[in-house]
Amino acid sequence: MSFHPPHEIHKRRFGRNLGLALTLVGFVAVVFALTVVKVTRGDPMQGYDHVLRPELIPEGGGS
Amino acid sequence: MSDIGAFERTVDGPREAGFGDYVALLKPRVMSLVVFTALVGLLVAPVSVHPVIAVASILFIALGAGASGALNMWWDADIDAVMKRTSGRPVPAGKVERGEALALGLALSGISVVMLALAANLLAAALLAFTIFFYAVVYSMWLKRSTPQNIVIGGAAGAFPPMIGWVAATGSVSVEAVLMFALIFMWTPPHFWALALFMKEDYHKAGVPMLTVTHGRRSTRLHILVYTLLLVPVAVGAALTSIGGPLSLAVAVALNGWFVTGAWQIWKRDETVAEADRYAVEKAVFRFSLLYLFLHFGAFLAEAALKPLGLGGW
Repeated sequence: MSFHPPHEIHKRRFGRNLGLALTLVGFVAVVFALTVVKVTRGDPMQGYDHVLRPELIPEGGGS
Repeated sequence: MSDIGAFERTVDGPREAGFGDYVALLKPRVMSLVVFTALVGLLVAPVSVHPVIAVASILFIALGAGASGALNMWWDADIDAVMKRTSGRPVPAGKVERGEALALGLALSGISVVMLALAANLLAAALLAFTIFFYAVVYSMWLKRSTPQNIVIGGAAGAFPPMIGWVAATGSVSVEAVLMFALIFMWTPPHFWALALFMKEDYHKAGVPMLTVTHGRRSTRLHILVYTLLLVPVAVGAALTSIGGPLSLAVAVALNGWFVTGAWQIWKRDETVAEADRYAVEKAVFRFSLLYLFLHFGAFLAEAALKPLGLGGW
């Protein structure tokens, strides 16, 4: 059995797959870094979802 | 075992695209200008932004600009194929199918807007969404093929990034953000009309109603001069706000003096003179206009950098 050198299409496909993989890894890294920053800064991490949450009422607000 | 060579011989469609072809759909050169102006908008804002949030915001603003570029290439594939300047783009060159450009544009639009809302705030995300809509629908689908004022109104899309950067930092729009928007908005027409004067065959062949095609070249030369004069108060006004300072004012005066002189020279020339020196003045003004924008925003950035040292700003 002989190994053929990779065809130009295979090389291009590999380049595309590698580019996509690196892009996705980069995206995950950005989302992770954003999450770490927002959590450690104490930003509000929850929103109204049809359940009353007293902690979401601004200080001095509400009746 | 598959024989890829046989596959290639039998399939007569677009060749398989590489990663770079998809990157080219996002108009990287336009993205670099967007990154620069949005970064300046974010950094000159009077609030400090966490570096990670700043980088993420700029990244998603750039991604949104890239998405609108892909949508533009999907819609304008027929025009791009005719014009020499754009015939090498991935869709007309047969590297990427139109549907792929549309899918990429829509996907990146959604991702960029949602992620900017999460990274920065809802107003910045709403402005980014409006910018993508404005460029893809109002400019590309509607104005570009229907009015010679396409460049004037469509220029708004390119003018939003510094405002989005400012809003990502501050959460609101202010006079500084509006003036940065106005600076690019008023700069766009003379910049593109100078290009249209020496790329004359392209727009004519494609049937795009550029001012040079509909109103003639004499009128275009006059329009360049008028818009360059209208740009002066905007540029000087921006330098007088909180993002400006003595350095910005000096840069604004010098650059606008230069720009008006160039526009005056363009207006004085006729086609015979321009043909004789192969549009040397028009090309020089076009190149200078790129520098004009870069130096203006660079001056705002320098003012912000000098402020902690007690030097920049008013």
